[in-house]
Amino acid sequence: MCTTCGCASGNTSVEGKAIDHDHSHEHEHGHHHHYDHHHSHEHGHHHEHGHQHSHDHSHQHLAPEKNGGDLHYGKGPAGSHAPGLSQQRMVQIEQDILGKNDGYAETNRQQLQQQDILALNLVSSPGSGKTTLLTRTIEDIKDRVHCGVIEGDQQTANDADRIRETGVKAVQINTGKGCHLDAHMVGHALEQFDLETQDVLFIENVGNLVCPAAFDLGEAHKVAILSVTEGEDKPLKYPDMFDAADLMILNKVDLLPYLNFDVDKCIEFAKRVNPNIEVLQVSATSGEGMDQWYAWIEGKHKGQLQQKLDALQQQVDKLKSSIEGC
Amino acid sequence: MHEMSLAEGVIQVLEDNAKTQGFSRVDKVWLEIGLLSQVEVEAMRFCFEAVCRGTLAEGCELEIIESAGQGWCHQCCQQFDYNARFDPCPLCGGYQVEVVGGNEMRVKELEVSG
Repeated sequence: MCTTCGCASGNTSVEGKAIDHDHSHEHEHGHHHHYDHHHSHEHGHHHEHGHQHSHDHSHQHLAPEKNGGDLHYGKGPAGSHAPGLSQQRMVQIEQDILGKNDGYAETNRQQLQQQDILALNLVSSPGSGKTTLLTRTIEDIKDRVHCGVIEGDQQTANDADRIRETGVKAVQINTGKGCHLDAHMVGHALEQFDLETQDVLFIENVGNLVCPAAFDLGEAHKVAILSVTEGEDKPLKYPDMFDAADLMILNKVDLLPYLNFDVDKCIEFAKRVNPNIEVLQVSATSGEGMDQWYAWIEGKHKGQLQQKLDALQQQVDKLKSSIEGC
Repeated sequence: MHEMSLAEGVIQVLEDNAKTQGFSRVDKVWLEIGLLSQVEVEAMRFCFEAVCRGTLAEGCELEIIESAGQGWCHQCCQQFDYNARFDPCPLCGGYQVEVVGGNEMRVKELEVSG
């Protein structure tokens, strides 16, 4: 287990189910192999998994269990056993440790962009009001924006249940002992959505201002939510997260009259860490500032569509000029 | 933070390379960890040793190369050593500093056998 935050191999699930068991791919299961073989699959959400085993022993990878629609992630490190030693040599690798996650994230991103979905990764400490912000948002915009939600928590489907009460589709990922969502879990959760009908996908990450900063899920933007009942120096205390985010939402501003929270200082600290971060001040309870947040979401979604349109337009122009040249 | 996941990521890199480069045992691993990479080096050592058990890298030596952070100040248009994200520019004291190096988290080199 991680000495810093306790993240480690645990039991992760999406909608209570282990991720892999209902699929034909063979990665990240407990295996027991007796001879050389090779798997390479491409399945529903276009994650490619290649896997080779050449030893007679069992080992376990992340083994999520399925239970209902939720995913539960399982146990730890990949194992492999090497008998015998021969001559030593050096191998140059230069490979990114997060390369595998980033590969999955890129696949998710492409899939989401292809379906014209704006994906937002909501990150914060526990208790910042993410779920309340999200339920209010969905209630207010669901008539004009088709939303979907992926909920990440260590345990329980409480948050997904709260979202489902609004009538939109929510998939709960339980990370077990894990302290963050990763791109592979999100890829599996995406399988459960009818992506063609979605405009915006909210991914509510595990409440944690540290680890989720490092894991790209394939989102268009990370949105950091900070409530004014926390310290205004949080951007300095947890700089990685505010550096990774494109937007900081200051939530619970209706409580400001009762607190000693210096809003200007908080914004200054956030901009110190990330000069480009945008800031919105809202209260999900009173509704103050929420319209700006909705405008931000719709603006970003439009921007994503416009970008795609521009790229298509360029292609069209290119084709036209090729035809004219014929 | 998530050093355990990262350590598992290292093992995956080793296993993938064992297949493609044809070795079955890793004796020494060099990791390059940038000072601004969000990795706690001591936690990484602890987790790495734990996840190596029962793998091709069990008992291997771990060498961590810490690479310095580099910042670029938009005001001064200068690059400098930069080892904490929220520090001001050492030249002008401003905060328009962009991290341009020290984010690395790489498996750099291996000593292998088998």
